[in-house]
Amino acid sequence: MRRAELIMAVAMAILSACFMWKSAELPIGWVQGSGPGAGAYPFWLSTGMLICCVLMIVNWVRRSSPPSRSTESYMDGHSLRLFLYGAGSLGIMIALIHVIGVYFAVPLYLIFYMRFLGRHAWRLTGTMAVATPVITFMFFEIVLNITLPKGMTEPLFYPLFDLFL
Amino acid sequence: MIEIFQHLIEGFAIVFTPVNLLIILVGCTVGLFIGAMPGLGSVNGVAILLPMTFIVPPTSAIIFLAAIYYGAMYGGAISSIMLGIPGASTAVATTFDGRPMAMQGHADRALIVAASASFVGGTISVILFTLFAPPLAAWALAFGSPDIFALMILAFATFVGLGGDDIPKTIFSILIGLVLSAVGLDIVSGRPRLIFFDLPGFYHGVNFLVLAIGIYGIAEMLWTLERSGGKVIVSQASVSIASIKDGIGEFLTTFKATTMGSLLGYFVGILPAAGATPGSLMAYGVAKQLSKHPETFGKGNVDGVAAPESANNAASTGSMLPMLTLGIPGSPTTAILLGGMVIWGLEPGPRLFVTQTEFVWGLIASLYAANVFTLVINLAFIPAFIWVLKLPFTILAPVIYVLCIIGGYAPTQDMHDVWLMFIFGVVGYLLRKLDYPMAPAVLAIVLGPLAESSLRQSLLMSHGSAMIFFNRPLSATLMVVALVLLLLPLVSVFKKKKASGPSGASA
Repeated sequence: MRRAELIMAVAMAILSACFMWKSAELPIGWVQGSGPGAGAYPFWLSTGMLICCVLMIVNWVRRSSPPSRSTESYMDGHSLRLFLYGAGSLGIMIALIHVIGVYFAVPLYLIFYMRFLGRHAWRLTGTMAVATPVITFMFFEIVLNITLPKGMTEPLFYPLFDLFL
Repeated sequence: MIEIFQHLIEGFAIVFTPVNLLIILVGCTVGLFIGAMPGLGSVNGVAILLPMTFIVPPTSAIIFLAAIYYGAMYGGAISSIMLGIPGASTAVATTFDGRPMAMQGHADRALIVAASASFVGGTISVILFTLFAPPLAAWALAFGSPDIFALMILAFATFVGLGGDDIPKTIFSILIGLVLSAVGLDIVSGRPRLIFFDLPGFYHGVNFLVLAIGIYGIAEMLWTLERSGGKVIVSQASVSIASIKDGIGEFLTTFKATTMGSLLGYFVGILPAAGATPGSLMAYGVAKQLSKHPETFGKGNVDGVAAPESANNAASTGSMLPMLTLGIPGSPTTAILLGGMVIWGLEPGPRLFVTQTEFVWGLIASLYAANVFTLVINLAFIPAFIWVLKLPFTILAPVIYVLCIIGGYAPTQDMHDVWLMFIFGVVGYLLRKLDYPMAPAVLAIVLGPLAESSLRQSLLMSHGSAMIFFNRPLSATLMVVALVLLLLPLVSVFKKKKASGPSGASA
């Protein structure tokens, strides 16, 4: 935990510095006639962020914040595995949406998660994997008229649109 | 006064249309389920489901979300009592006595007392809300830019002074929320700002929903999955007419605790950083102090269930007061509601009471109705909610993730936002493990645009002098209160050092 606290504070300090540098591309001082420049507001806020990070590091050195005193591990094997499975599969699903679209990425994801992580019966998994995209399609595409990304599977939906719209 | 009644009757006329009644019914039920699920609370439900409300007009949309908010406040008690795990942080205090009651075989009575106390807390606070809101909004109409900015500083200062989290991390969270709200086109010069890696997706700014769903959807689920490793024991409860009668009889003995909890919860709820969780914990503490038998608390005292449950419902109404009248949310959930108003094309703030009377009074009247509906649904379907508690996370989690992804895509229809939400979720989870508070960032990204414009207008008025905030009586008062709140933690640190003497200095 102690090491994670420091790494995070340093990472956030770097992020703050990036924000400052990015804001400084615009005028950060007083612009005659129009008030503070466009970059002033984010620049000073990011400066504040950086100061907070420095204070966190000071607290770390003085061991005055609970995580900087904690001897527990930040992520043990069990939580790391849960995190990698949870976040990893989610990231892969989002990437797949670009390629095969929501209506194929979502069922694949549900099958992976429910069948292989949750060990649920095929019947339940299958029902969810079919029902979720169907309900989503009905609600978003038909009722709300919001088209969700379909990637290369777009042509498969033309007949459905002809049917409903 | 008469005017308020007239408006309220008009509000009821809006609520008692078949569509809106159905919306309240669905909202309360969904809210109860969300509240009952361990780990998920009103803020998660509202964040994840907000994108689904584009289907109906704004008045119905906010009625739906407010009903979820209420339902979740009731529902939180169910898992606190039946599992001993709070359904949401707002129901933590309910576990203290609710769980022991369930272990002694009185789960049904605990559930009925919790529901009745929630009802009373909700109703008392809505009546207070109805009386307080119009005069407050009328007064707030006269606010100028410096006053508005001072009010925001005060809202942020409450997190530092009363939030109880690590101070540098709290301020960091506020600031990063504000910086994220500044991404996109500058409101004054129209120049692009903070366009990282020249990605076109940043031109439309960072939608608050992207951050809210990332944190309250993805990060929250990652967090809950890690926490809920062990097996849980669900208590048994069967509710019959007779047990409802008994339960209500028992509830009537908690009159003092419930009334105190309702009032305390309401006023604590109004403060942005406080809200339902500290409100219910405080109500529990005060109920224990007022009790003639404080030693029975923690062992299944009914007052210990009634006080926090009335307080958390009252607080949820209390947090809507500043949201509706001042445009400053009183809780993370109302911050998301406020952001929703902007998406629906409304301008939050006191002018709503003048320009959008239908919206405002429809919402207020719906709160009365939502209270009654939730009480009835809660008591009638207790077995169904107990069934929800047995749902494994491996079914719940992927469904919630899918809702998050689609909900994050719908408002802007840009995959850029989905990726951003994913990053916020993962980083939010990693930060949360290190005690970084997340609510201030969500509040800040919602308030950010108004904070910047009011600051810039104020500085233009004063030609760059910050003294403008201290020259006007109202903004000066707000600023001084804010400064006191900001300095409060320093004082307590100083006191602690003094008390612990030289040995404390070396630590």
